[in-house]
Amino acid sequence: MAGSEMEGRAVGGFEPRARWQASAFLAAGSSSFTDFLTMAAPELLPSAMHGDNLAPSARAGGGAGAAADLPHGTTIVTAVCQGGAVMAGDRRATSGNVISQRDIEKVFRSDEYSCVGIAGVAGIGVDMVRLFSVELEHYEKLEGRSLSLEGKANRLAGLVRSNLGGAMQGLVAVPLLAGYDEETGRARIFSFDVAGGKYEERRFAMIGSGSVFARGALKKLYRDEMTVQQVVLALIQALYDAAEDDSATGGPDIARRIYPAVATVTADGFERLADEEVGRYVEAVVAERMLRPDGPAAPLEPAAS
Amino acid sequence: MPFYVSPEQVMKDKADYARKRIAQIRSGVVIACDAGILFVAPNPSRALRKFSEMYDRIAFAAVGRYNEFETLRKAGVRYADMTGFQYDRRDVTARGLADWYAQLLGSLFTDSSKPYEVEIVVAEVGQTADADQIYRNMFDGSVAEEHGFVVMGGQADKVAAVLKERYAPGLSLTEAMGLAIAALASQGDGSAEPVTGSQLEAALLERSRPHRAFRRLTGARLDALLAESHIAGATGAAPGGEETGGGETDAEKPGGGSPNAASNGASGEAGDVAPGEPGNGGDDAAGG
Repeated sequence: MAGSEMEGRAVGGFEPRARWQASAFLAAGSSSFTDFLTMAAPELLPSAMHGDNLAPSARAGGGAGAAADLPHGTTIVTAVCQGGAVMAGDRRATSGNVISQRDIEKVFRSDEYSCVGIAGVAGIGVDMVRLFSVELEHYEKLEGRSLSLEGKANRLAGLVRSNLGGAMQGLVAVPLLAGYDEETGRARIFSFDVAGGKYEERRFAMIGSGSVFARGALKKLYRDEMTVQQVVLALIQALYDAAEDDSATGGPDIARRIYPAVATVTADGFERLADEEVGRYVEAVVAERMLRPDGPAAPLEPAAS
Repeated sequence: MPFYVSPEQVMKDKADYARKRIAQIRSGVVIACDAGILFVAPNPSRALRKFSEMYDRIAFAAVGRYNEFETLRKAGVRYADMTGFQYDRRDVTARGLADWYAQLLGSLFTDSSKPYEVEIVVAEVGQTADADQIYRNMFDGSVAEEHGFVVMGGQADKVAAVLKERYAPGLSLTEAMGLAIAALASQGDGSAEPVTGSQLEAALLERSRPHRAFRRLTGARLDALLAESHIAGATGAAPGGEETGGGETDAEKPGGGSPNAASNGASGEAGDVAPGEPGNGGDDAAGG
């Protein structure tokens, strides 16, 4: 019967691969796109990059060396504000000491009410976010409803976990998730570790090589229940400080008008702020820094109220 | 009991079976208008859907046996997402999907002992009305490209007659909805019952939406649209539903229409135009 010939063996090179046979698509499976790919086309998964598929030099020379040659992404910050959350990321990608790209995008819309920023190896991170976006949309189309925010965070944690092998060989990619929870009317932010651990943060979170510096700055600037505009300003200040101390994080490039990528998730959905708008915030920050290069001074004594 | 049945007979039996089953289904319509592509069908159920999103600007519409077309819908979503992921979102097209469904349905028709009792439409809304594409897939794997409007399901003659008479390119959304209601009302015994939003399933592939064009028309928005289309009972005060039960497999008794209406999708419009009453659109309009 024709069926047995077409199963899995490339006869003459022009036979359709078994995984593209109808049965793979018709089989009643889960609503997870990742599960479907794992069954039907595992080579498309980001986690397929490590293991046997790695170049011999990378395997032989140790993971860290290989990772240093691949573009790395670097500081992403996110914070909760009134009615939503804001996420901002710098635009620099480095390979060792070389700036491999000046205007790379690291903050992405994963669906209408969530966004993801990535740090680590850019190639893997971007693939991971792409897969995550399709995963969310896939579920929504199959089930007729969107995933809960908790469900989205769990799925993203799963994707990070599946890259653990690669991470241990130096191909680390770690995301930061900010999502608007329609049920509660509040935004929530989640950070992850390479083992797929998921950590909900109450106020703000950051990842990347510059995150330690960004944290120090944001700690002093952040207050609860700030407006969206105030949080955007605070995040841009934090990124500016991170760029000053971490060579792998890029500060604003005024001459080329390359500014941090800033996105908000609110009840109105995901919005990536236009360059002109971010530019205005950046110019205000830079003008202040001309007067006080360290940025806004935090009062030594606690405020009266 | 015969040991041997000629392949011709087997195929004919399968095709007749499928056609007969599909003819018993209440019709749905797909109409291209200036706002995009409109889908309307009677459907009292709020959970079981005939119209669904397939991809950014592509929608899936089906009539027939619910579990069968649900399986096909999910398979199509997987195929579309896989193709879009592997290449790019712009590389997923209605034509590619329609081709794929044709292959799928064709092999299912040949290989399985019972054919799928389904009729599927895959539609893609273009940036302009000229770029709209509508494809109809039949249970036996045949596929046809349609223009302007499509009538799915049984009793396509009467419904198609209304549409043929009153359809024109460039209809507004309200005009298209009015036309759809009028056409659907011509089914069965032709008695013009006022239609409420709760008895309908309606969806729109909205041309001007940037990312995902598919939108369900429900609740207040549907009621407002129906009211604008001068359909009585849009406020919900409809005299109770006259159709029997409305189970999702739509195995309705065929009202006086011809049995094998929509099966040969080779040409533009569905089925032959039956002489006789072109539709009771007038009654609907006056019912308010």
